Amino acid sequence: MDKWGNNKAWFLVLPVIVIVAFSAIIPLMTVINYSVQDIWGPGQSIFVGTEWFKEVLNSYRLHDALWRQFLFSGLVLLIEMPLGILIALAMPKRGWGVSACLVTLALPLLIPWNTIGTIWIIFTRPDIGLLGVGINSLDLLEVPFDHTAKPLYAWITVMLMEVWHWTPLVALLAYAGLRAIPDAYYQAAKIDGASAWSTFSYIQLPKMRGVLTIAVLLRFMDSFLIYAEPFVLTGGGPGNSTTFLSIYLVKIALLQFDLGPGGAFSLIYFVIVLFFSYIFYQALQRVGKGAKG
Amino acid sequence: MKVKKKTIGLLIYFGILVIPIYWMLNMSLRSNADILASFALYPKDITFVNYLKIFTDSSWYMGYVNSMIYVSMNTVISLSVALPAAYAFSRYQFVGDKQVFFWLLTNRMAPPAVFALPFFQLYSTIGLMDTHIAVALAHCLFNVPLAVWILEGFMSGIPREIDETAFIDGYSFPRFFATIFIPLIRAGVGVTAFFCFMFSWVELLLARTLTVTEAKPISAIMTRTISATGLDYGLLAAAGILTIIPGVMVIWFVRNHMAKGFALGRV
Repeated sequence: MDKWGNNKAWFLVLPVIVIVAFSAIIPLMTVINYSVQDIWGPGQSIFVGTEWFKEVLNSYRLHDALWRQFLFSGLVLLIEMPLGILIALAMPKRGWGVSACLVTLALPLLIPWNTIGTIWIIFTRPDIGLLGVGINSLDLLEVPFDHTAKPLYAWITVMLMEVWHWTPLVALLAYAGLRAIPDAYYQAAKIDGASAWSTFSYIQLPKMRGVLTIAVLLRFMDSFLIYAEPFVLTGGGPGNSTTFLSIYLVKIALLQFDLGPGGAFSLIYFVIVLFFSYIFYQALQRVGKGAKG
Repeated sequence: MKVKKKTIGLLIYFGILVIPIYWMLNMSLRSNADILASFALYPKDITFVNYLKIFTDSSWYMGYVNSMIYVSMNTVISLSVALPAAYAFSRYQFVGDKQVFFWLLTNRMAPPAVFALPFFQLYSTIGLMDTHIAVALAHCLFNVPLAVWILEGFMSGIPREIDETAFIDGYSFPRFFATIFIPLIRAGVGVTAFFCFMFSWVELLLARTLTVTEAKPISAIMTRTISATGLDYGLLAAAGILTIIPGVMVIWFVRNHMAKGFALGRV
């Protein structure tokens, strides 16, 4: 299955490149410009070279935020990917149930991100929230549940919110991928007397590789860049326990109005996301080739 | 037995999924004073005062109109440039294809906080500030790459014999693409349209940076409920409930395309 070699295909791709590059290149250049200068007013700046990069890379608070971010994104992928696939497998294949499932899955995805944070405040508050009041009425915890009380509670609340918010995205992608498998494959599996598990691992999983690659990359990128939801919910606290990388970035860049370090930080941040996305991408491509051969 | 277990699991999951939304609905039907005064599983004195405020105040309801305009623009632009490009990536080998394909996705990877400032300068310079098209174009930065990636995945699942047969039968490329190929991947087009709509609808930072009054999106207007006296939870919950509705309509229209998927031998 070699592809047709044809450089005229560039004409089909060109509109995409133009429209994306228009919004991509100038902002990137400007941020690179910020990162090598000390800016203290319009038109007032001096070239400082790599000073900001050194400062940012040596900041222990950045290291803390970075480890927190890795833990968060790792948990997100470990929970949401299997859960999303399970939901997609359990969903009905025809009938009114399909519409009901699809519409319900879409609900959390359609709420603006700052509002997601607010919903979870009113949902988990120990005085007026269903979850907060519910947990505390069981009277099991030593310290009553309140996401502002303990770092652990804050993490649990943020993770619950994240899994609630984004697992439907994985499920929707996985479901669309499953529905794209021709019936002939299932018939063949039936004739061979394949078990549910081997049907899953030899037919469904390899066939879903494309959509699952997108799901892994999307969930990794978006969870690594998460800002509005945890910021609204916890404000990065208690202490710094839920100060993720972009919450810390906004603290540096916009609240203190330091464009230099902010620019350097943004570029380092960008390179980290790029590096790990590339590794995930390459790894998933390789797995796919192994399965086909 | 096994089918039953699956269904029960699914029902439990959907129950948990809906509870926070139910809570928002509950809050939206109560006044803010009532919300803060007591805990109640369901609204005892239902009031529509929050919804009434949104539907009668033009600075509120225009937010929905503005969001709807630029989101539709963005979805149409994203799909129409991404469809041919995704076809090229799935069918042809050309100089730099793999690099360009991955580069596209890198545009989703920049932390938006600092990158939003140059956007303001860029769109002021070309005189598009505070217009719907500015937000629609800016959102193409992350939606077009996603659209290309999703569509490429679906297109690669279609055997190339279909293309070859059609070309032998004398179909021109545009006619083949529009009448045979796109119907085959309509599950993918449905999913992609929904995702473009969704990501553009919920994006806050760029939309807020690029608008002042004329094109201000609902997500930015909702931050106004934070006042000196604290959050107006009731109003915010009502606005939140209303932000879900347009997207539900979109997924309702594409649901059949998503569910039917693709069956061989329809051509």
